[in-house]
Amino acid sequence: MEQVFFFYFAFVIAAAAVLVVALRNPIYSALALLIMFFHVAGLYVTLHAEFLAAVQIVVYAGAILVLYLFVVMLLNLRQDDRYHRQWPMAVAVGSTLVIEAVILMAMKGWTTPVVATGAETTVGGTGNTEAIGDVLYSTYLFPFEVASLILLVAMIGAIILAKKDLGEPAES
Amino acid sequence: MSLYGADLLALLPELIVVVTACLVIGLDPITPASRRDLLAWLSLGALALCLGLTCGQISALNVRVSAFSDLVVVDAYARFWKILLYGVTGLTILMSLPYLKAERIHLGEYYGFILLSLSGMMVMVSGVDLLTIYLGTELMTLSLYVMTGLNRSKPRSLEASAKYFVLGAFSSGILLYGISLLYGMAGSTKLASIAGAVGTRGADDPLLLIATILVSVGFGFKLAAVPFHMWTPDVYQGAPTSVTAFMAVASKAASFAAFMRVFVEGLGGLKADWSLLFLLIALVTLVLGNVVAIVQTNIKRMLAYSSIAHAGYALIGFVAAGRAVGASGGTPGLASVLIYLTLYSFMTLGAFALIGMLRKGVVEGEEIEDFTGLAKRQPLAAFLMLVFMVSLAGIPPTAGFIGKFYVFMAAVEAGLAWLAVIALIFAAVSAYYYMRVVMVMYMRDPNPSSVAPPRLVTSPALSFVLACAVAGVILFGLFPNPLVSFALQSVLTLK
Repeated sequence: MEQVFFFYFAFVIAAAAVLVVALRNPIYSALALLIMFFHVAGLYVTLHAEFLAAVQIVVYAGAILVLYLFVVMLLNLRQDDRYHRQWPMAVAVGSTLVIEAVILMAMKGWTTPVVATGAETTVGGTGNTEAIGDVLYSTYLFPFEVASLILLVAMIGAIILAKKDLGEPAES
Repeated sequence: MSLYGADLLALLPELIVVVTACLVIGLDPITPASRRDLLAWLSLGALALCLGLTCGQISALNVRVSAFSDLVVVDAYARFWKILLYGVTGLTILMSLPYLKAERIHLGEYYGFILLSLSGMMVMVSGVDLLTIYLGTELMTLSLYVMTGLNRSKPRSLEASAKYFVLGAFSSGILLYGISLLYGMAGSTKLASIAGAVGTRGADDPLLLIATILVSVGFGFKLAAVPFHMWTPDVYQGAPTSVTAFMAVASKAASFAAFMRVFVEGLGGLKADWSLLFLLIALVTLVLGNVVAIVQTNIKRMLAYSSIAHAGYALIGFVAAGRAVGASGGTPGLASVLIYLTLYSFMTLGAFALIGMLRKGVVEGEEIEDFTGLAKRQPLAAFLMLVFMVSLAGIPPTAGFIGKFYVFMAAVEAGLAWLAVIALIFAAVSAYYYMRVVMVMYMRDPNPSSVAPPRLVTSPALSFVLACAVAGVILFGLFPNPLVSFALQSVLTLK
């Protein structure tokens, strides 16, 4: 049963992701992205990561996608400005990679990924929200703080690059 | 709940850099425009403090101090790169002082971004966990995207920023895909666990091979190795010259540091596979970088292709480390990469400092033609450019020769003499385009019709940067031994 759900979600994710880049109308692309986000959330649910699933929907589908749609509608993009000449190249490179992967798999046999061991799975906690919080602020405190710096850079950088007038000083 | 006292102490240099960066950004609005230089001096002071701390942090070279549940380490390898990065960042800040004034980029945040980028690089060089390394990479490149676009009055700067951002995000995606497969295989993102899983699962595991390829591609973008180099010329040309210098030197060094640690410590069991992969990449990088550089007329673009070629030379040292057999193992090969990138830093920083301040009136003279007859107008400036070009071409007695010498030696020792010969041939090809700049400066008379011929606008800060760069090029060219033994000791912890 789990397998059925996994393959359903995985197939829809892959198909929707292709549609995001293949559709001509940016709004349709954004909606395909929305479908993809929901199915990724579904995948999280099958992995018993309910908190991540909720965050996926609230943050990606709820906030980020709405921003995308705003930008797309505000810019009023003409749907002709696309780079369709790159399709043959993309197909060539992509199919090479897929064939390579299939040959590797066929030659060496399918391997089963290991289940995570060590600190990652042995967090004591009743729910996975609690477990995530526990790991995030103890074991993974350092990457967490680095990630916060990344957000700081992104925020200040966006302000600097988008600010209209930088106020040319008098000395020039 | 522990208070992380010891962990924080181990990462004190990183903390100082981050705090200073925030201080610079916070102080910027309340600093009068005429005194913005103070922010640069504040940053330099922090760097000096970090340099002292990092040098004093480890007394014994084989000690490895882990911090934050083994996600970062402080070891001799990280120390080598950190010292190099402090030096490069300090010189970049000094060269930015006159450059930003000349380009009228009045932003105190600039120095904050340099420091934040540096902190990302420091996380990269000391990270022993793929998650940490990835986040360090993102912190570094995100700051660089912004710095590339700081020259907002020039469309080319913004275009470079956008291109760099899109391709950088794309490459991060590929890197993350590889990391996620490695996590799926090992059940952990720690390099030590991955090395353990590689040992138990065997080197011919398909999942492992695909993950290795994806991680290689991700790092290939950061190193600007062919065929992942497409962004380099446009970005190097469009970015403010001081930022270009920082990208060409510091970001390349940090990427190499993280790249070597991931592949030696984490994927060391796959040496036979990745050394072949990088052998091919190094070859095409050498050929394409050197050949395409010949036809460039813009000197920043030419140096961009030359930096691609130099990544190829450094990769040869890494391939030699992967192929090496015998008692010494890969140590000489790895050390040759450290030596190569250190020496490359001096010459590239010097060349970019000169280019940035060679000005036609108020505009930057960035065409090779702008160097016409410079020897007649400013003999010293022309001579310095000559030294940097000769060094980049790898002609003795400059540092560039020493760098190539150790890389080729490592290749020959690893049984890759043919690769060293090919690299030597392309070093000769590269002499053609470096010497063209020299020829233009010395052999041609200045164009008499031009009203304001390009001049090097000197300032104390620029003189200091050039003096440091030229001293590095000449001194390490004549006395490479201290650097070589330091590099050899530094790679010992990388196992």
